[in-house]
Amino acid sequence: MSASVPVVMFYALGLLAVLGSLGVVFNVRNTVAGALSLVGAMVSLAGIYVLLDAFFIGAVQVLVYAGAIMVLFLFVVMLLNLRGGNFGPPRRRAGGVFALLVGLAALWWGLDLLPGAFFGTGAVLPADFGGYRQVGALLFTDYVLAFEVASLLLLAAMVGAVILAKRDIGDAE
Amino acid sequence: MTVALVVKLLFIVLVTMGAFLPLITWVERKQSAVMQDRIGANRADLAGITLLGLLHPAADVLKLLSKEDVVPTGANRVLHLLAPVLALVPANAILAVIPFGGIYDFAGTQLNLVVADIDWGILYVFALGSIATYGSVIAGWASNNNFGLLGSMRASAQMISYEVTMGLSIVGLFMVYGTLHLPEMALLQDHGFRLFGFLVHFGVLHALPHWLDLVRLPAWGIFLQPLGFLLFLTCIMAENKRPPFDTPEADSELVAGYHMEYSGMRFGLFYTAEFLEVPVIGMVVTTLFLGGWAIPWLSQGTIIHAITPIFGVGVATGLCMILHVTSFLLKVVFMIWLQMALRWTLPRFRYDQVMDLGWKMILPLSLANVFVTAGVILFLERS
Repeated sequence: MSASVPVVMFYALGLLAVLGSLGVVFNVRNTVAGALSLVGAMVSLAGIYVLLDAFFIGAVQVLVYAGAIMVLFLFVVMLLNLRGGNFGPPRRRAGGVFALLVGLAALWWGLDLLPGAFFGTGAVLPADFGGYRQVGALLFTDYVLAFEVASLLLLAAMVGAVILAKRDIGDAE
Repeated sequence: MTVALVVKLLFIVLVTMGAFLPLITWVERKQSAVMQDRIGANRADLAGITLLGLLHPAADVLKLLSKEDVVPTGANRVLHLLAPVLALVPANAILAVIPFGGIYDFAGTQLNLVVADIDWGILYVFALGSIATYGSVIAGWASNNNFGLLGSMRASAQMISYEVTMGLSIVGLFMVYGTLHLPEMALLQDHGFRLFGFLVHFGVLHALPHWLDLVRLPAWGIFLQPLGFLLFLTCIMAENKRPPFDTPEADSELVAGYHMEYSGMRFGLFYTAEFLEVPVIGMVVTTLFLGGWAIPWLSQGTIIHAITPIFGVGVATGLCMILHVTSFLLKVVFMIWLQMALRWTLPRFRYDQVMDLGWKMILPLSLANVFVTAGVILFLERS
């Protein structure tokens, strides 16, 4: 594999994504810096998606995750002025077991893909792969059930959030 | 090919940064002065020459560059220095996908007057617009100042709210044109439609009389999606945080909001970013709703066909290209004038009014616009 521009960009973006993720983990004291590291990781991932020809996902990754969700994160962190000391002792056991399971699953899957990354040839993409038309068509045909279920889930979450917020005000009165 | 790319890039950046940007700071002062019955900036002079105050932009920059760059005590130094850059970059990067002219065929060589011809152009604009929030959010937080923090919290809440509605307000436009590709959108607006064609569609008339058939409007977004235009313009102006939506920096409440701890050219960068967004907004709105480079009632084919007998095809295409770029820039100038006029006409909304407007007025109206547009398109396709 020659050191072409996409390859160099892939390693640069990959490095940034890893550094950003590490920044989230190690910025316990400074939560805003942690959130900003997460933004960096997400923007780098968007770059990797674009390198993989998944243009729509790349754009939406920036638009939704980096641009909207992380701004909300920052808003909440700033609003509550959260610092490292405010979280109480970390609940190590449950979180640790879960993290271990997720890590093992990711490792298992990654090992499964590893030979292909070194010895396989890249998959041949169909024309127009990754455009908004293709993603939209798939979303409303093959994956319409998952799409609708996800929207119901989000609606339930939204209603739940509204009810929780309302009850707090009622208690105060 | 590379040469053409560099020339296009230089053209759009130089027109925006080199011509629009300094002129806008001058226009803002002069237009507000005219609207308030004042004289406005006229004191900066070079050996007695004032040029109607046109030297003021240069004097401003010189002043800002020569001031001390202060980082307040207790501030997060890195983020404090980074924030102005984050505010400025997205507006610049949006210029890459703006089509400032159509596609011209010079003896088989296609010249496409857009720097980055990407299929998902408008998504790129939205993605960068959402990144632009970070500049103001980080600035206030990193300054270690309560007014600054209040400003950045207002900025984040306001920009999140209006991003949602901004996206929804032009879904109708996507349905009408069936594309997210900005050059293609502009191209589709280089046509006309019969204003009274709906009478035939609804069965009121069997065929239009000849004189009604001639009443045509250009197929611009503003005529096909008038409500969408109003909603989108409101949202994108709220995103820019200029009055009447300047709650993040409301001078009378928050001193200067998120950028109050900035001095010298770092403040200048925030100032630049805000002013740069005015022509960029003008360009986006022009491309989406005002026909882009199109000249009303004269499509590209008509123009080239009319000039060709006099000068030949090559010169005719070149002339058409110049006319189109001029038309685009004139529309952008009009949009800049409109934003300035609004900025100096309306007083600042209260913060809760801004939020109410976004969530309780614009969001439901955008959703209604989507459903009505979908219904009309469905009806037209069935009949």
